[in-house]
Amino acid sequence: MIRIEPRENASRAFAFGIPVLSAVISLAFAAIPLLAAGANPITAYGEMIKGVFGSVFAVSEMLTRATPLIFTGLAAALAFRAKLWNIGAEGQLYLGAMAAVAIGSGLFDISGILLLPLIIVLGAAAGAAGMMAPTYLKVRFGADEVVTTLLLNFIILIFLQMMLEGPLQDPMGLGWPQSAPVLDQGMLPPLMDRMRLHSGLILALVLAAIAQFMLARSVWGFKLRAVGENAAAARHAGINVRRSLFGVAAISGALAGLAGVSEVAGLKGYLTADLSPGFGYTGIVVAMLAGLSPVGVVIAALFIASVFVGADSMSRAMGVSSFLADLVVSMSLLCVLVGGFLAKYRILRTKGATA
Amino acid sequence: MGWRQRQPNISMTQSTALRLTGLSKRFGSVVATDDVSLTLEKGEVLALLGENGAGKTTLMNMLFGHYLPDAGTVEVADESGTLQSLPLGHPQAALAAGVGMVHQHFALAENINTLDNITLGSEPLRSFRRNRNSAKAKIDGIIERSGLNAPLNVPVGRLSVGERQRVEILKALYRDARILVLDEPTAVLTPQEADTLFDNIKTMTEDGLSVIFISHKLREVLAFSDRIAVLRHGKKVGEMATADADEKVIARMMVGADTPKVARTEMAPGTPLLKLSDVSVKGRAKRDTLKGVDLTVNAHEILGIAGISGNGQSELANVISGLAQPSAGTITVDDQDVSKPSPGAMVKAGIGRIPEDRHHEGIVGAMSVAENMVIERLDDPAIQSRGLLKRDAIQANAEKLAKAYDVRGPGVTAASRLLSGGNIQKLILARVFERSPRLILANQPTRGLDMGAAAEVGRRLLEARERGAGVVLISEDLDEILGLADRIVVIRDGNLVEAVSHDREQIGLMMAGEPA
Amino acid sequence: MMDLLNILMTESFWAASLRIATPLIFGVLGALICERAGVLNLGIEGIFVVGAMCGWMAVWLGAGLWGGVLVAALAGAFFGLLHAILTVPLGLSQHVSGLGITLFATSVSYYTYRTALPDVSSPPRIEPFRALDIPILTDLPFFGPVLFQQTALTWLALLMVALVWYVMNRTALGVAIKAVGDNPDSVDAQGLSVYGLRMGAIVAGSALMALGGAFLTMSAFDAFFFGMVNGRGWVCIALVIFASWRPGKALLGALLFGAFDALQVRLQTEMGALVPGQVFLMAPYILSIIALVIAARSADYPRALLTPWFKGQR
Repeated sequence: MIRIEPRENASRAFAFGIPVLSAVISLAFAAIPLLAAGANPITAYGEMIKGVFGSVFAVSEMLTRATPLIFTGLAAALAFRAKLWNIGAEGQLYLGAMAAVAIGSGLFDISGILLLPLIIVLGAAAGAAGMMAPTYLKVRFGADEVVTTLLLNFIILIFLQMMLEGPLQDPMGLGWPQSAPVLDQGMLPPLMDRMRLHSGLILALVLAAIAQFMLARSVWGFKLRAVGENAAAARHAGINVRRSLFGVAAISGALAGLAGVSEVAGLKGYLTADLSPGFGYTGIVVAMLAGLSPVGVVIAALFIASVFVGADSMSRAMGVSSFLADLVVSMSLLCVLVGGFLAKYRILRTKGATA
Repeated sequence: MGWRQRQPNISMTQSTALRLTGLSKRFGSVVATDDVSLTLEKGEVLALLGENGAGKTTLMNMLFGHYLPDAGTVEVADESGTLQSLPLGHPQAALAAGVGMVHQHFALAENINTLDNITLGSEPLRSFRRNRNSAKAKIDGIIERSGLNAPLNVPVGRLSVGERQRVEILKALYRDARILVLDEPTAVLTPQEADTLFDNIKTMTEDGLSVIFISHKLREVLAFSDRIAVLRHGKKVGEMATADADEKVIARMMVGADTPKVARTEMAPGTPLLKLSDVSVKGRAKRDTLKGVDLTVNAHEILGIAGISGNGQSELANVISGLAQPSAGTITVDDQDVSKPSPGAMVKAGIGRIPEDRHHEGIVGAMSVAENMVIERLDDPAIQSRGLLKRDAIQANAEKLAKAYDVRGPGVTAASRLLSGGNIQKLILARVFERSPRLILANQPTRGLDMGAAAEVGRRLLEARERGAGVVLISEDLDEILGLADRIVVIRDGNLVEAVSHDREQIGLMMAGEPA
Repeated sequence: MMDLLNILMTESFWAASLRIATPLIFGVLGALICERAGVLNLGIEGIFVVGAMCGWMAVWLGAGLWGGVLVAALAGAFFGLLHAILTVPLGLSQHVSGLGITLFATSVSYYTYRTALPDVSSPPRIEPFRALDIPILTDLPFFGPVLFQQTALTWLALLMVALVWYVMNRTALGVAIKAVGDNPDSVDAQGLSVYGLRMGAIVAGSALMALGGAFLTMSAFDAFFFGMVNGRGWVCIALVIFASWRPGKALLGALLFGAFDALQVRLQTEMGALVPGQVFLMAPYILSIIALVIAARSADYPRALLTPWFKGQR
């Protein structure tokens, strides 16, 4: 007879071990689809590792890929801590990107040394604005923010198309739905010569450090954690739950917006509708793998970026579909979920009284 | 009030309806039930008495199959009277053997009607049709024979608490229960309703039904049972026929020692601290609405609010706590208007609040004991500076308070949900009392606590009163109110009526809505 | 205005509305069953994808149209079972599990499709369901031609509405499902299995959801495209709330949504010069959000939704 009992102490080992184990298990499980595609798993893993660590360029590509994931991972992690399910990072990312090109491509005749800071601030603000409506609907009407943020993503994407075929369209772009490029002064400076790695990474790491500190040591972080764990008790104790929710909503949206800013003003230099291959959604997996810890987000983002970059390289080398990366990432989310269960509960075999 | 002393029904042959042998159960390191054996005779009413946490409900849950025992057996008499072994761990088996249970927190689905709740589980799920007519006929018959009435076509969510309890009983009778277990049946009834319930039970035992009822109220057990079994810390410590029972002896069995009585000395009330004038509050359900109530609480005074849950206590508590806005009327604390209250404002105004549901409103379970101690003081310069927490100060504060208020558990850095109910309450008391509040709202403060912990709460409230505080004590436990309160007010249907004296009978009538 | 009325009077408009509504009918019914039992199934978007892909591929591999429908339903049931195990006996977060299932089912579908058909530039096509001509019904004035253009899967969807309504409201199983979504203790205390009821409901609901996806590749279109589901699953989640978890209102909600979607295509051609087309594209999603907000405080909300229940905890 199987019995399930809550554990007294969720030991530290679990908090760290579960994400690592989930990553390993999901990679191991990837052998099945690899075999189904007729590929040798060992060779495939080798190609993946080579694709990430095989050269300086490879490593820099991985870091470049990780940058937006750190932003969206932080966005999800902080919001989820308050039990605010922000699934709208994808849309907020594009809002930030739109703001970045609107300001940065000379549309408003702004230039000079303030251009980059302005892009960063307004891009963040645009992302934050995108989270306000769903939060308001949740607080005022009890509307499930998972659904509203998801639906809003689609609305924003359509709006993006509208912008790219309209006001934001590059007048010299031959009619393609893409924006004018961001001016040089508005670009995030690169970190290495001849590599795509840019200082958006530095911004992301700094924000992760600040988030970690604030969450653990500040009154704001205390209130956030209390609201997330038990909003009724927090409210009873005098914490303004609404203010905390709107606050974290703004920050979460801002972080997602910065992902968009980073991709546009750091990497690509202009905006198209396919800027993001799902960074917003992947950020959710990053956050869950990280156990909602900002420092963990950085590590998880590096891991997931490695999976994507490695799978891309392996895919080119061996002809296996690069959707394998999505498979691995989604499996690791499910593994983390199950692992969380094992951390909280103990499974025992007992000899109960028999009839 | 008073139930006639029963004469055991001599015409019924003495036969055992139920035998529990050596039942034991532990949860982790906590022993809930320790080798308990019990028999129940046919047609008798056995009371299972013990204080909160003694293991009464766990024992009955094992009988009914909600829990699987670690050791022990259960035998139930079948229709012919022969004892058969009962398969354990499945409510289905218990129901099939004729055991029915009326749970303390009713196991009813509010979105379906009474008839469906009663027939739930008795029809095969595979079938494409339903037998509502024959079911209705059977239920009507049961209603007539037992005297328990409830409307069949109404969603249970719209029934009163008393009606819902009757539905719970009808459920068991519909499944042809020969043994009925009632868990704290009078917790939600006025004294008069309790009388009616037990009259109905008596009727049913004359038909051959055997009854076990769980209670922590000594008085009720002495009034309504044929035999009493006393549990303490999971063990059976005494058993006797009610006719032979001695109140003092049983009380000592329950607690293991003489209970220190909480003594209230007369005290002259001081200046008014809290005043509610013509306050109305809209609740979520139509029932919980305060209707233009007036209330005054003075210093050096405990005001007891008596009444069954669901008559507006929640709204009253919410308004005083700052969690609800009055739709009309004014509230003043110390002559300062606080009519647009918020929890933070009420805390600042000097009101200490002990919430009704300590797990869901009182503590953030995942946060540490230390963090929960300071959660109401997040802007206090002693624990934070420029928005950053002073972790050492918080730790030291918690250790000091844990010692002063005897909060026991795995340490102040451990998650607060790991504490027992009594210790969680002590944590809350520490948090409330360390600020020396001038006004205290205590909402069902001893619910679920054992006698020792309950006495501690009472002591602290009296201490605060002595120091000059005013206390609003909301409690379903009439005895507790009679013991602690200087003035008593009865709340019923959103209205407050002041009781003239500490007369149990009279207050019971007021709770039921009858004119005094 | 006259143009609008003209559009509303044409049979082709209503036929299109019903056609667009069909996958939503399946999805809303499926989500309704899961949520009535107390479990939110956010795997719906991914299950739509997997139903679309598996159904199509089964037909492409020679299974026949109804064989494809069966395969789609089984695929949906499988992923539903996964979600059921995570959320019912293990009691894990229904939000995270659902999103995980969506990501997992979608990536499995895309990977399988790409691996099976690596070199195609345009997606291969199958022979989809044809319009069904049912003797008496399709001779009705106005309704006849509208129904005449529908395929067997639409008829199946309408039949499912009736079936789900009957089970929920006229059978003991329906009572049990409603009870377990309101208060699982009530079901447990009457000797029924909470786990069994909830898991069964999720599996059945997920099978229905998958049929919504199958409709896209086997009836509305005849091939599988990446990104073809495009948020329909999420729209269904919003519509369930709008429908107050009732099959009849679910049908109404799906039809309204389908009508609006059909309208926007026609309005675009009429008014395309004045208003950019994208505004009309956005409208259905905005409508879903509004529907969600209006109905959010509904009294029929399954009380035990999102709360896990564990055996032996009282």
